[in-house]
Amino acid sequence: MSSIVKHHVAHHFYDGHQESSSAKLGMWLFLVTEVLLFSGLFVAYTVIKTLNPEMWAEASKTLDVTLGTVNTIVLITSSFTVALAVRAAQTNKNGEKNKQIVGLLVFTIACAAAFMVVKYFEYSHKFHVGTLPGPFYSYEGLEGANPHLFYGVYFLMTGLHGIHVLIGMGVLTWITIRAAKGHFYEDYYTPVELGGLYWHLVDLIWIYLFPLLYLV
Amino acid sequence: MATTETLDHAQEVSYLGAKKGIMSWLVTIDHKRIGVMYLASVLATFTLGGILALLVRAELWAPNITTEAGEAVGALFSADVYNRLFTLHGLVMVFLFIIPSVPAAFGNFVLPLMIGAKDVAFPRLNLASYYVYVIGTVMALYATIAGGVDTGWTFYTPYSASVSGPVVMMVMAAFVLGFSSIFTGLNFIVTIHKMRAPGMTWQRLPLFLWAIYATSIIQVMATPVLGITLCLLAMERAMGVGIFDPALGGDPVLFQHFFWFYSHPAVYIMILPGMGIMSELVTVHARKTIFGYRAIALSSIAIAVISFLVWGHHMFVSGQSVYAGMIFSFLTFLVAIPSAIKVLNWVATLYGGSIQLNAPMLWAMSFLILFTIGGLTGIFLGTLATDVHLHDTYFVVAHFHYVMVGGTVVAFFGALHHWWPKMFGRMYNEFWANISAVLFFIGFNVTFFPQFIMGSQGMPRRYYNYVEEFEVFHKISTSGTWLIGLSFIIMAVYLIQSLRKGEKVSANPWGARSLEWATQSPPIEHNFHEIPTVTEGPYDFPKAGGKKAH
Amino acid sequence: MASETAQGSFWMPPEASTFAGDVDALFDFIYWLNVFFFVAITGAVVYFAIKYRRKSDDQLATSQVGHNTLIEAAWTFIPLLIVIAIFVWGFRVFLNQSVAPDGAYEVKVTAKAYLWQYTYPNGAVTGELFVPEDTPVKLVMSSEDLLHSFFVPDFRVKSDVVPGRYTTVWFEAPDPGEHVVFCTEYCGAGHSGMMSKVIVLPKDEFQERLEKDFIDGDIPPAEMGAKLYTSAGCSACHSINGTRLVGPSWKGLFGTERKFADGSTAKVDENYLRESILQPMNKVVEGYPPSMPSYQGQLKDVQIDALIAYIKTLK
Repeated sequence: MSSIVKHHVAHHFYDGHQESSSAKLGMWLFLVTEVLLFSGLFVAYTVIKTLNPEMWAEASKTLDVTLGTVNTIVLITSSFTVALAVRAAQTNKNGEKNKQIVGLLVFTIACAAAFMVVKYFEYSHKFHVGTLPGPFYSYEGLEGANPHLFYGVYFLMTGLHGIHVLIGMGVLTWITIRAAKGHFYEDYYTPVELGGLYWHLVDLIWIYLFPLLYLV
Repeated sequence: MATTETLDHAQEVSYLGAKKGIMSWLVTIDHKRIGVMYLASVLATFTLGGILALLVRAELWAPNITTEAGEAVGALFSADVYNRLFTLHGLVMVFLFIIPSVPAAFGNFVLPLMIGAKDVAFPRLNLASYYVYVIGTVMALYATIAGGVDTGWTFYTPYSASVSGPVVMMVMAAFVLGFSSIFTGLNFIVTIHKMRAPGMTWQRLPLFLWAIYATSIIQVMATPVLGITLCLLAMERAMGVGIFDPALGGDPVLFQHFFWFYSHPAVYIMILPGMGIMSELVTVHARKTIFGYRAIALSSIAIAVISFLVWGHHMFVSGQSVYAGMIFSFLTFLVAIPSAIKVLNWVATLYGGSIQLNAPMLWAMSFLILFTIGGLTGIFLGTLATDVHLHDTYFVVAHFHYVMVGGTVVAFFGALHHWWPKMFGRMYNEFWANISAVLFFIGFNVTFFPQFIMGSQGMPRRYYNYVEEFEVFHKISTSGTWLIGLSFIIMAVYLIQSLRKGEKVSANPWGARSLEWATQSPPIEHNFHEIPTVTEGPYDFPKAGGKKAH
Repeated sequence: MASETAQGSFWMPPEASTFAGDVDALFDFIYWLNVFFFVAITGAVVYFAIKYRRKSDDQLATSQVGHNTLIEAAWTFIPLLIVIAIFVWGFRVFLNQSVAPDGAYEVKVTAKAYLWQYTYPNGAVTGELFVPEDTPVKLVMSSEDLLHSFFVPDFRVKSDVVPGRYTTVWFEAPDPGEHVVFCTEYCGAGHSGMMSKVIVLPKDEFQERLEKDFIDGDIPPAEMGAKLYTSAGCSACHSINGTRLVGPSWKGLFGTERKFADGSTAKVDENYLRESILQPMNKVVEGYPPSMPSYQGQLKDVQIDALIAYIKTLK
């Protein structure tokens, strides 16, 4: 486990630098598309909230701020550990840091899993009391008109985010396996770096979702 | 032309013959082969969309009336079938044909060649984008067979949220096709940034690539918004979330904002590549340097930026505020200026040239005339007071066909004739190619010009039936479609014949200056033996009587 | 062009509202601007194509001029100034189109697939819009189901009609006459049949008809039903000559046996017809879409009776 496997530059690039900088630019562009994907939901959020301000404030109070806070801390921690993993890969000379990279990545994935578990409890509570979107709404504790809209937006936003967490877990697992084989070292760590970027984005989106949904 | 290749090289095995068998095509990551596969696919979807158009126009040949004997005449289809036909025509032409047409077929083929690269930055992503496109197409065709949708290509709520039919499948097809578009755009941006040969500065970038670059930016920035919009619509239908439903506290007009926030920039996804092609055609076939290189390049970027700010001009009569209408109208006029600059630059490029009236040039001249009509008639629609009258009439239908067909589709076929010898190493029959181009030009005007008149007279669009005073316009319009159909039948015959028996061409049959002509026709698998070093611009043509001018 | 406005011109329908002339003046200005630029650009393309035609294979261009700052600045800023002028002009006319004068006569417009209904201040409901001449009329519109759009070409007015909110248009018609109303927002199978009329009447005749025709039933029921057939919008979906439109034809309908989408059957009698007008979704005829709107609260009993009486006459 403490050796490295050399990376071969793809045939159509001149050198490794051109390859890695291309990959990085591509990743940033992909992140732009992700932000814009969510921005549509943020617009929907704004419009629906403006149309139903009182209902919104009331429905927002039914969310469990403690669980939301726990999840926020969990994700911020995972963002930190994935950054450490990238740093370890950048300074990995002959495979001596392979274990460290793997350890940090595994911890990050564990955080992601913890996030999903908390989310599961939140969701199942909502299914239980009937605070659900559209025609599935059956909760009777809210007075304002059309409270189902809040939960429609809630489930769309957190659901799409949750899918991104799951995808992130898959990507990080793949990177962990490769890291264990010693694929990443000081001259080649592009996948770790890009996976880390993606994970930061997932984290960042949650940092917007949390106050917008739980605290407003 | 700055390359070490010489033209008297013995012809080597080209990308077409480098590997054999159907599998070598299906799993290829060669941008040229992917470009050819895209070309074949978009020609197929164009044919499908064209047949749908012929059927739509056939229904409109005569109004449906009941004679005094109580007999119903004039109807070819029922209203339900007609509504499905025009919806599918729009969906197929927009999502399956025009959006991928120029970037994915010609962009893929010539972009790496033009910048002196061996391939695009992400060849596997490129192949993935093709298969995502195929999956989206199959989903769209499945939705068509499973009953079809009659929502119009715009999927406006609440109609699209309530009508029966496989709307969710069709919406998801458009969603999947969006991914293909994003992959292609992302790939091209990175390729243009990172893969240019030494000496290929931004100022030496062919204008086709400036246009592709601007297009790609819009694809990457706008398509995700369409994605989330379509997701919301699917949720609305599948689960009744209510975001677009006023009865449930939602906003019925919000969908239109979402939709046009993508679809107006998407109009430029469709036209910018066509504009890029124009810069190549008018220079190469007039042996003339482009007039106003910098203005054309920057206007592409300006269009890309402003295009995100004008979506509300589709909604002047939707009940949005007078104030919003004012802002969107003003911004709409601003986006018109860069397009006008381009047209005038192309016309000026022809001045003093050595103009060959061959097929690519005839298509280019058609573009100049038809796109000018399309652009000028846009002024009526950008102006608030006149748009109120013309909105959602045949005037709009004629306007966007002059822009989309008279612009993009014409440029697409210009590009097909321009790069055909490069792609397949063979020439087509030039006589019939000219006939086809002229026939199309006539047929197009016969079809669409009468639509301006009936539109301003008040004929609404998406009408299955119409009042009798419009009959003469509809009859002329429908007969024009047959001329267009004929021109494409002729084209299909001589192009297929060219593939098999066309005369072989040299590396650079047109005497062009850009890099794709510096390698043999058809190119070798890895494009160039060695990466060329660029020392000149793409339009540095020699001047009669001696030296090159700069 | 402006001289032929009474019958309409080659491009435009007749001018039948007070601001139609303003819209058309702007239209004409843009039109002639278009003609000018089109002739100039096409002329240049054709002229260059002939003049600089390649005559021998090795002929080179005689000029390689790549840019000219003065020309380029000119064709950037002159069009910019022109379009800004058009923008301002267009906005001023649009303001006039958008903002109804105070005290305009108000009619409530209700759109539903596939008919228009007009409700007057006195409670009368019609399927054709009757308005007095020389009077500003403001329409307050909303939809009961889908998006529709209210378009009167002769008046140069159009606005979407949206469920769950109100949109308005206004106009003033100087002369009596009839003008077609189109729906211009696609709304499904009956979209192209969703037409109506604006009937401009002299002021006193308008008052008289508003009081009489649409409120009292002084005329024989079948005759009143025949009027309602068009005025209440039935004709958009039901023919009286056997033609299949969105809904079943009324010809020979009374007394026949109907089969419904749920498999049940019933005989067409007075009760069935009344139910179909008030609760159309209860019994949907097999093979037809369930798209008929309810007339509950919109037709008075005497009007429903009149319609039934009219249907009985259609043999």
